[in-house]
Amino acid sequence: MSAPAQLVGGGRDPADVLLRDVRALDPREQLDERVDVLVRGGEIAELGGAGSLSAPEGAETIDGQGRLVLLPAFFDAHVHLRTPGQEHKEDLDSGTRAAAAGGFAGLLAMPNTDPVLDSAPLLGSLRDAASRQARVPVGFLAAITRGLGGEQLSEMAELAGAGALGFTDDGKPVADAGTLRKALQYQRLCGGVLALHEEDPTLSRGGAMNEGPVSAALGIAGIPTVAESTMVARDAALAGYEDGRVHFMHLSCAGSVDAVAAAKGSGARVSCEVSPHHLLLTDEDVRTLDTRMKMHPPLTSEADRQALIEGLRSGTIDCVATDHAPHAREEKEVPFEQAPMGTTGLETAFAALHTGLVLPGLIGLGLLVERMTAGAGLFGLEISRIASGARANLALVDLDARWVAGEHGWESRSDNCCFAGRELQGRVLVTLAAGAVAHRDRTLAMAEA
Amino acid sequence: MNHLLSIEQLDRAAIERIVTQAERFAEVSDREIKKVPALRGRMVLNLFYEASTRTRSSFELAAKRLSADVVNFAASGSSVEKGESLKDTVLTLSAHKPDAIVLRTPWAGAAELVSRWCGAAIVNAGDGKHEHPTQALLDVYTLRRRLGEIDGANIWIVGDVAHSRVARSNILAFQRMGAKVTVAGPPTLIPRGIEQLGCDVRFTLDELDRADVVYALRMQRERMSETWVPSLREYASWYQINGRRLSPRQVLMHPGPVNRGVELSGEVVDSPQAVITAQVEAGVVVRMAVLYELLAGPHPREGAEQPAGGGQADADADAAEAGDERFASIPEPASARAGRGT
Repeated sequence: MSAPAQLVGGGRDPADVLLRDVRALDPREQLDERVDVLVRGGEIAELGGAGSLSAPEGAETIDGQGRLVLLPAFFDAHVHLRTPGQEHKEDLDSGTRAAAAGGFAGLLAMPNTDPVLDSAPLLGSLRDAASRQARVPVGFLAAITRGLGGEQLSEMAELAGAGALGFTDDGKPVADAGTLRKALQYQRLCGGVLALHEEDPTLSRGGAMNEGPVSAALGIAGIPTVAESTMVARDAALAGYEDGRVHFMHLSCAGSVDAVAAAKGSGARVSCEVSPHHLLLTDEDVRTLDTRMKMHPPLTSEADRQALIEGLRSGTIDCVATDHAPHAREEKEVPFEQAPMGTTGLETAFAALHTGLVLPGLIGLGLLVERMTAGAGLFGLEISRIASGARANLALVDLDARWVAGEHGWESRSDNCCFAGRELQGRVLVTLAAGAVAHRDRTLAMAEA
Repeated sequence: MNHLLSIEQLDRAAIERIVTQAERFAEVSDREIKKVPALRGRMVLNLFYEASTRTRSSFELAAKRLSADVVNFAASGSSVEKGESLKDTVLTLSAHKPDAIVLRTPWAGAAELVSRWCGAAIVNAGDGKHEHPTQALLDVYTLRRRLGEIDGANIWIVGDVAHSRVARSNILAFQRMGAKVTVAGPPTLIPRGIEQLGCDVRFTLDELDRADVVYALRMQRERMSETWVPSLREYASWYQINGRRLSPRQVLMHPGPVNRGVELSGEVVDSPQAVITAQVEAGVVVRMAVLYELLAGPHPREGAEQPAGGGQADADADAAEAGDERFASIPEPASARAGRGT
């Protein structure tokens, strides 16, 4: 088997910067104290007591005044960069700028592009482009089935050799159990995680939102949550049988959380993620038929949302992933039933979750940081940490800053964000990714000037 | 009122105001010259993305009886088939400065969406499976004429509730008028959660004798891409309203077009309990009242390019109060003024 695939891109111009008097918080390092952090040549060179370090010549100083919080930068295991083929929605540059603005120092891009990322030559050229254009490091998942057709396996071993970190048909389920079983068997040869979009198409068919009182009132065909949870249960059983490694994407309902908990309890090698929008919004938010509230899986009930929060807290849900799904304005400016599914999420994930879960006391900040960084580990990648000698993957945030999502526009090429117009508290001011400054908030630049 | 987008947006007073106005217009229909100059010089655009004969012609007739100009725009055979988006079609047609756009589409919320894009008053003539507010208004009108009062009436809505915008609008409208609504039909065609609209749910017609009004829905075969019932034959044996199930004291309604032998037996269609043709008649006068409600008075968008211009309700009230000459030609029942001015 080939050398383990890594992320590509980002890290140009290794930073020399002194982060003075910041509250450094890293749950994995049991770190929560006021410190100075010196980054030299893109590495964390030294951690010292607040005010103890001085900036060497040529290094920039950013003063946290004991108030700004330094976090290990986040990792998003679920992003649609829309490249190749749909660059009018997003491209490698705009998508990774959006990631950096949200405090992410790494992400995984989904293969439902045009053409579908299902061949090694395409993956090679995409990794090459990303190494030049991406502002933060990017990894790629390749398709499980050719053309996302759900029938014939893609050349998984060759794709793994060319750098695929795993496989997914995201956007669609692998509906045929026999096909998924073959992919699990093939995983023994090629490694990589099988990331699964779970949906039984015979149950979800025709639906445009969650099934329940809101869909009944709106006259919109509903998707029952069992369309997801039954498939999670099925595939957890298959993974257990084949001793495969699967990752369930964007869990949306209580039944799926229960199915994952049962699978973990039985020793199956499964993990899962949840999106900020499923943690913070419900199908009540669909009442206005705002197409930004249309996503896949759909926003579910309040009871489901509570189960997802509890799953995140308990660890049944391993990580937060945004499912950042940009769409052009004209594609979303249509009646709800006609609109494509998806919301952007990279630029609002931390602020929205801080506002909606941490500030009301539903989860602690440390746990949120843990869940927003854990995705890397699930795909065999190094998790960001605040420790001397580590590559600088850091996010400096102002937990008091209030802002209205979208008020200054977006780094993403698309503006279909479900949190647009909401007041959020907590803002990423600086992101260091792979040792380089990948994002710097304009308010910070002004403060310094 | 700037637009008629849904029954959801209307309170009881607004429903009564429109229905009362329709009662005034009913007298116009009995005249030898069935026309009043109330909306002379106004333009009503019918924009239909779905086939419709009765609703479209009913709106057309209503507009013409009010002396408005009518333009019909059907999506088939138009720029829509060349890939023009709903937004661009609406913006293009708006260049002709219609005062009202009557819109039917297969998409929930489309009327509301269009109301944000242009300055015309939007009348929802059916948005997907969501709402069909003028149907509900004409049903309230018809029922009020038949029963006198709707308050306290037991109304059963029977059949394919899942695919019916008529059902959704009528559940809301009948309840707002004080009725108790029960929906009944096969479990595959009753949407989960519908009871949260305030209605009761039954899967059989065993208790149909409790109903004062039976409102049968059309089995919408054209909307059924999947098989929702094992067969229409079996459906009819369980849910058809026929002479055996319908008692002489009950009122029978149906939005049309009727599938004789499926949801209704031929005998009940022709029975004295049926008010189906009265519903069709009501369609014109109620739509006259809706157009009048939205467009009468000083030119609605004078100096107001903003889609959400708020001055129109006042303008309506002014017109009514000041005895505007267009208004003066319309006979007014003695009871009418009491309900006005929400």
